[in-house]
Amino acid sequence: MLLDVQNLKAQVAEDESKQILKGLNLQIKAGEVHAIMGPNGAGKSTLSSVLAGREDYEVTEGSIQFDGEDLLDIDAEDRARKGVFLAFQYPVEIPGVSNKLFLQTSVNAIREERGQPALDMFDFDEFAQEKIELMGMRKDLLERSVNVGFSGGEKKRNDIFQMALLEPKLCILDETDSGLDIDAMKVVANGVNSLRSDERSFIVVTHYQRLLDYIKPDFVHVLYDGQIIKTGGFELVHELEENGYDQIVQAFHAQANI
Amino acid sequence: MSGPTQYQEIDDLIGSKSSYKEGFITTTDVETFARGLNEEVVRAISAKKNEPQWMLDFRLKAYHHWLTMKEPHWAHLEYQPLDYQDYSYYSAPECSACDTATPEEKAAEISEQDDEIAKTFAALGVPVVGNDDENTNIAVDAIFDSVSVSTTKRADLEALGIIFCSFSEAVQEHPELVQKYLGTVVPYHDNFFATLNSAVASDGTFVYIPENVRCPIELSTYFRINEAKTGQFERTILIAEKGSYVSYLEGCSAPARDAYQLHAAVVEVVVHEKAEVKYSTVQNWYPGDENSEGGILNFVTKRGICEGDYAKLSWTQAETGSAITWKYPTCILKGDYSIGEFYSVALTNQRQQADTGTKMIHIGKNTSSTIISKGLSAGKSQNTYRGLVKILPSADNARNFTQCDSMLIGDKCGAHTFPYIEVENATAKMEHEATTSRIGEDQLFYCKQRGISEQDAISMIVNGFCKDVFKELPLEFAQEAEELLAISLEGSVG
Repeated sequence: MLLDVQNLKAQVAEDESKQILKGLNLQIKAGEVHAIMGPNGAGKSTLSSVLAGREDYEVTEGSIQFDGEDLLDIDAEDRARKGVFLAFQYPVEIPGVSNKLFLQTSVNAIREERGQPALDMFDFDEFAQEKIELMGMRKDLLERSVNVGFSGGEKKRNDIFQMALLEPKLCILDETDSGLDIDAMKVVANGVNSLRSDERSFIVVTHYQRLLDYIKPDFVHVLYDGQIIKTGGFELVHELEENGYDQIVQAFHAQANI
Repeated sequence: MSGPTQYQEIDDLIGSKSSYKEGFITTTDVETFARGLNEEVVRAISAKKNEPQWMLDFRLKAYHHWLTMKEPHWAHLEYQPLDYQDYSYYSAPECSACDTATPEEKAAEISEQDDEIAKTFAALGVPVVGNDDENTNIAVDAIFDSVSVSTTKRADLEALGIIFCSFSEAVQEHPELVQKYLGTVVPYHDNFFATLNSAVASDGTFVYIPENVRCPIELSTYFRINEAKTGQFERTILIAEKGSYVSYLEGCSAPARDAYQLHAAVVEVVVHEKAEVKYSTVQNWYPGDENSEGGILNFVTKRGICEGDYAKLSWTQAETGSAITWKYPTCILKGDYSIGEFYSVALTNQRQQADTGTKMIHIGKNTSSTIISKGLSAGKSQNTYRGLVKILPSADNARNFTQCDSMLIGDKCGAHTFPYIEVENATAKMEHEATTSRIGEDQLFYCKQRGISEQDAISMIVNGFCKDVFKELPLEFAQEAEELLAISLEGSVG
């Protein structure tokens, strides 16, 4: 088991009234691709943030085991070094910091964790150029400031590009498809598909079936009010597309009332 | 006047202030005047330097005027009025044998003293005579307390007619030039601290670039305050004749001492027609400890005049040190089409206070100025930008662009901006942009999610923020400035 989330409860830090995750369970084996869908406000982004170790949220109950370790004992940078990667819903701009410096620092931090030697400027450049082509990024990507002046699509692609560079064990895509046109979405999906392997797992958080049509997840979960209320295979995507969340939500409430 | 004293080794003191690497003390015999300031002291300084009458007259005129002035407290800074009688106004590495010994003995003793000081500068990474590398592309004047101890590369420069020496030497050897320019840009009665400097000026640097000469190497002065309870009052004069060019850089540091040390310098720059001067400062005076004990009070008057048409003066500064900074490098744009620039990074941490910015005074036609100021506040510090752009009636078509960005690191610090704009000519074009941001939690998390440690992330984000200014610094100093920022920010978050 790569990721084992048990009865996870989380709230906005220092605000008990804002309980968001209310006993969430999720098990992911190495090599699996899981989609998480759900209406607005269900807690999808909170789940991504809590897994990545964002301090805005406080875990009040439950556990997260990752690759045999208790993830809740580890801070965000070490989670990243151990192979947890989050592609952001809104990738952040860092003015004046080149992608080259940012990514080289990042890649070397992770290589250090793996006991690999640091890449110097030339090796890094070579390594990065391959992936730039793979992701169809602009050639001058490394010279530009991190995400500054990037279009929405470019920012998302830049995150997937980083994912390709860092070769994580668990990739979490937090609504990476939001705001992408069809071509950009294909590029993102191709990027994800090219990274799929027996050792690497994915959590794809999304509102829409379209990205999933390209990625074809092994499992689909419906997240509602801080819990996973239904789990199925790829066919669940189309069921949701046709009927929306209402039926599933009503069925869940009916069961809860029994 | 006190006799020679021995510096104390205070290793543990330095140990407790490990983040300030330059905080060590040099042990050497020194001659330090007794604390206090009166006319006798002013005369004694002048006599010590064997100065001509006109220089003494200048000092005395300033001293008597100073007595009528009040210490200014209008800046956004908090400090108790200083006791000027509690400072010593002259300190120099001493040669006790100088008066009586034979020339051989004298030479031996000087070389022994020089060794200690040379070691100090070597530890600071400053080349001085004897340890300078033939291949370095920089000439350095090293100033230790009140005197200049070494000026390198002098012969190379002399061949081009460039004068690069200590201020004291210039008074002796180029009196006509010093007399011509001293007090012309910053008059002796200009302000409280400039007047004090005029009275007790210790040493400083004198630079003269002849007509149509491009100075091929960087000129640099390294200021070191060593003695406790001593003031340093350098006077720097830089003259660029018609069509000449020079890039000048000053660096500063001081040992960690637990009482305020006063630094009141005056810099005068004169840029003639079509000449260009780049004046860069990397200031890392001791900032005091966490409880704001000690540190340098950096009360400096820097001013340059673009005397001729098409003259250009750039001030670039990276200010990370000092307990309190009070300085406003100024460009007086007198020549038509002259250009003034000010690029500044001012970082305050712990309980440091800075009130700094620039003044651009447009007099000539078609003059233009650019101000880019990046203020960073961390810890419990207060960081103020104060700037004046003044367009006089004669300055047709003057232009100014000002960009003032402040970044807050943590939530106990403050950033303040006081831009003054006075326009007396309707053809002026003014642009002003100002932003204040908190170092983004989002940015930090983004970096950490990519495996980058918090400290590296902060340093990266901050250096990115300052990039527009650092790219104006000579290459090797840009690197130094980046490293300084990283050191100064250690432990500023979490």
